[in-house]
Amino acid sequence: MPIQRRKFVAAVGAGAIVGTAGCSSTNDGGSGDGTGGNGTDGGNSAESVGVAGETLTLTTTTSTYDTGLLDAIHPDFEEMYGVTVDAVAQGTGAALETARNGDSDIVMVHARGLEDEFRRNGYGINRRDLMFNDFVIVGPESDPAGIGGTGSATEALTTIAEAEATFVSRGDNSGTHTKELNLWDAAGTDPGGDWYQETGTGMGEALNIANQQGAYTLSDRGTYISQRSEIDLTILVQGPIEGGPEILANPYGVMAVNPGVHENANYDLAMAYIGWITSPGVQEAIAEYQVNGEQLFFPEAVSEDPDFQQYVPEGWSSDDSDA
Amino acid sequence: MPLEPVAQLAPALLDSGAGPAASLLGASFREGYVGSIIAVSLYVSLTAVALSTLVSVPAAVAIGLAEFPGKGFVKSVVNTGMGFPSVVVGLVVLFAVSNQGPLGSLELIFTREAMIMSQFVLATPPITAISLAAVSGVDDGVRDAARVLGGTRIDVALVVIKEAKYGIATAVLAGFGRAVSEVGSVLIVGGNITSADGISKTRTLTTAIQLEARQGRYETAMVLGAVLVALVLTVNAIVVRFGDRGVA
Repeated sequence: MPIQRRKFVAAVGAGAIVGTAGCSSTNDGGSGDGTGGNGTDGGNSAESVGVAGETLTLTTTTSTYDTGLLDAIHPDFEEMYGVTVDAVAQGTGAALETARNGDSDIVMVHARGLEDEFRRNGYGINRRDLMFNDFVIVGPESDPAGIGGTGSATEALTTIAEAEATFVSRGDNSGTHTKELNLWDAAGTDPGGDWYQETGTGMGEALNIANQQGAYTLSDRGTYISQRSEIDLTILVQGPIEGGPEILANPYGVMAVNPGVHENANYDLAMAYIGWITSPGVQEAIAEYQVNGEQLFFPEAVSEDPDFQQYVPEGWSSDDSDA
Repeated sequence: MPLEPVAQLAPALLDSGAGPAASLLGASFREGYVGSIIAVSLYVSLTAVALSTLVSVPAAVAIGLAEFPGKGFVKSVVNTGMGFPSVVVGLVVLFAVSNQGPLGSLELIFTREAMIMSQFVLATPPITAISLAAVSGVDDGVRDAARVLGGTRIDVALVVIKEAKYGIATAVLAGFGRAVSEVGSVLIVGGNITSADGISKTRTLTTAIQLEARQGRYETAMVLGAVLVALVLTVNAIVVRFGDRGVA
């Protein structure tokens, strides 16, 4: 008797679990025709089964991912090649490090200095300029340090430092953080003290922290626009898109991981991706992508007069013996 | 912060589970998104805990029934393991499964299998430690009786497990709680990936909450948090029922 009861309860328990699983997979199945199998087929290794042939692992920045751009354009690529793109949002420094370890096939980042170092070390090849937007310095509308109307980013930072007004720094080795450090450098100011707060977080979170503290911060325009409805911060120093200083430009690049260094990098697919995303059609789709009625990214890959500097590290010449 | 939407949504979520949750959140999330992250959370954590239980309970019984020098030391090592920070476990697993690591050729980075590995490491110490405490608490008379009645070592172990069943169930639940609620390691080794159509590959409830919070969408983050709590409650209820009735 006890044994029967045990079996019964086990059956009920198993039934409940299967039921739950069934419920959620019905959910998934309803929405994704082609790629749904990849996400829901929990029992098996998703890479080895299903319609999707191969997987391209793309490490990128929080600004391209959190704005929703990649989710908007990737289905086109996935359908065209019957593949899956795994986009991992990490921040520029971490994205390059992941690629350096051979754990991603392609990177899309925005810190030319770090990209060049990555290439000079042999990890990245075939870099293309992809798109750009710009950085803006945002702060509370009350503007306690009085930087509104300053045409210069470095002057604005100097003013913030002198007023010791709270400034939120990403502090995470991301592209935006790198740009911020370059700006402090250019301003000839070494930030420090209670007013300078390194948060070690993504852009969205840094904006939230700045918002809650009535602080200033440097943000890429895309993340700021996509989050503007949630926060009270306003743009105090514009970037070049709105006539601000050129130093606030924010160019994004895309490059493949060198299969000569990491032989299991999915180089073919990475190059297909670069070809696809720099094609006129997709560049147009990037230009058309809007959040809250505003364009976030400006395509840069298609040009009658290509900038050859995009293919090599800045300052590289064929005389470089170490290149 | 306007919390009214959460107050309205949360009870509905608790009542009706994943399906309606997805449609209720339709404005914020794409169809199938919430269901798929729940499925990934459950799949990863339940698998990790099941594997961990298979290792931990026999280990706990073996340690509990044996007498050997250094037993106290082994116990304190296991207890220390309960405090492993999940981020550190994530980093260790990342080094192991990274292309450059010892398991690199298996290509496990950014997969659910890697997430199961790290949660296995996280869940094993609490399940072992709590099971060990439960096994140690079993009256010596029970063991002796089993031995006197001619039981083999396996028989004795089974009798002890039966006596310690509540403690072991608690251990498994503690392990599940630790696994399903941790965010540090699954974020590092899983990568928080969804496909472009919003179906989770390695995104769990915890990493989804982290993503929402990163973007300042605290209301939706809290709704997902309510879903996670409901999920843990449901699993607890199932296991408690199973424990009460199943082993009579």
